[in-house]
Amino acid sequence: MSEENIISVHNLSKVFGDFTAVNTISFDVKKGEIFGFLGANGAGKTTAMKMLIGISKPSSGDAIVAGFDVKTQSEMVKKSIGYMSQKFSMYDDLTIKENITFFGGIYGLSKVQIKEKTKKLIEELQLEAVASKLVGSLPLGWKQKLAFSVALLHEPKIVFLDEPTGGVDPITRRQFWEMIYAEAHKGTTLFVTTHYMDEAEYCDRVSIMVEGKIEALDTPKNLKKQYNVDSMNAVFLKLARNIE
Amino acid sequence: MSIQVQNISKSYQNNLAVNALTFEVKEGELFGLIGPDGAGKTTLFRILTTLLLANEGTATVAGFDVVKDYKSIRSVVGYMPGKFSLYQDLTIEENLNFFATIFGTKLEENYDLIKDIYVQIEPFKKRRAGKLSGGMKQKLALCCALIHKPKVLFLDEPTTGVDPVSRKEFWEMLKRLQQKGITILVSTPYMDEAALCDRIALIQKGSILKIDTPDQIIQNYDKTIYDVQSKNTHQLLHDLKNYPTQYSVFAFGEFIHYIDKNEAFNSDELENYLKEKGHQELVIKKSKTTIEDVFMDLTNLKQ
Repeated sequence: MSEENIISVHNLSKVFGDFTAVNTISFDVKKGEIFGFLGANGAGKTTAMKMLIGISKPSSGDAIVAGFDVKTQSEMVKKSIGYMSQKFSMYDDLTIKENITFFGGIYGLSKVQIKEKTKKLIEELQLEAVASKLVGSLPLGWKQKLAFSVALLHEPKIVFLDEPTGGVDPITRRQFWEMIYAEAHKGTTLFVTTHYMDEAEYCDRVSIMVEGKIEALDTPKNLKKQYNVDSMNAVFLKLARNIE
Repeated sequence: MSIQVQNISKSYQNNLAVNALTFEVKEGELFGLIGPDGAGKTTLFRILTTLLLANEGTATVAGFDVVKDYKSIRSVVGYMPGKFSLYQDLTIEENLNFFATIFGTKLEENYDLIKDIYVQIEPFKKRRAGKLSGGMKQKLALCCALIHKPKVLFLDEPTTGVDPVSRKEFWEMLKRLQQKGITILVSTPYMDEAALCDRIALIQKGSILKIDTPDQIIQNYDKTIYDVQSKNTHQLLHDLKNYPTQYSVFAFGEFIHYIDKNEAFNSDELENYLKEKGHQELVIKKSKTTIEDVFMDLTNLKQ
């Protein structure tokens, strides 16, 4: 991890009518960092993330992502990042190969590059036997590993992972995190949301959002010390009181 | 017995979703089906709630056969599917009245059963279900499933995608419902929720790996697990996997869970090996077994 900031957020807010979903949040993420972005349902995580990936305009404040301003250069932001979510990541009715080709094309890779990347990716994930099968027929765990690799096709500086492991079996969940570690090792920045508190422990730093604000931000070790508890689950339960 | 499942199988084309499952749930029990996506949990729920026919086997719910007596079953069970299935364009109040009418009852009739849950969403009763937050939708769905005071409650992954605080509250609600005499069959991919059930079945790819109380499953586990920690977790994972006598190595929150093949395992030797590899701030100590450890071991053996 370097000292260079790859995400800089300053007083960022998003207001819908009389409801403030994200309330003047500020934080930095370093290059190569695994940054955990936690919070209860409805705390404002998704809204904040949408602003950072350039698909929602902030009501006020600034955010620089991979060197680009999310307000004025959102198209450049989108090109510089990868994104994967639990809800949507690939087309179920396209084959594995077709999905890779499609997303490679979207991200502007050449035909030769797509061909090379497809071969490498299928080899690495050991998907040779099923490469021509529909993505919809794959077990969820495989799908998620594939989706992560597809989000990395264009070698983005930052990858946003929105609950990438929800419902995935425990062994595959850990293999997924090994992929995350390996990617961070190469210098890619990982911005991750999760409801599994053991996964919060795998992050370099963790922020916890409560009612639109960032209530805590530090390494898991320091957070546990600060709240005088022995697990991230306990930190979360102390902080994220339910707003409903 | 409240639920009896005997040799139930179901396949979709060539895919065996549920493979000869047999188990029983006692009256008043809180029974958990613990397993990841694709384990067959939803298929089993749909068979037991009479929405799907099994290819083989028999099952009864509250004494009724799932095929012959399907009508009787429908009036005595409550079912909360994994996917939100209420009417999005009806309000909270309208959804509740709709389900009450279907079951020939009124909101007021069994109000004491849902009161704890309903008061939390009552301030929003004029809001359409589609406009509710995830947590509120879940509470509304539970109220609708309880409105006719069912004998048996089926909850298919009620806490998937729900944050730890709301999950904790949801389980507290379940415990209160159980005290009111309702039998509950609940499925979850979160292994930590297993400890909150009376008995659990660990299930993977359509088969049951183990059925028992959570305590017994942990007590009967015969391997010793070690917590290992150092400053560089990624490197530590790698080095432990290359240790000649390793049986399994899994990241587990702030520690890595390590199991050795040898019963006569000496942790000092492992410590020396890791020190030679340059690890700093090393910790190696015996760990407490969790359901997730057992589950991973059982599924690892099968693969």
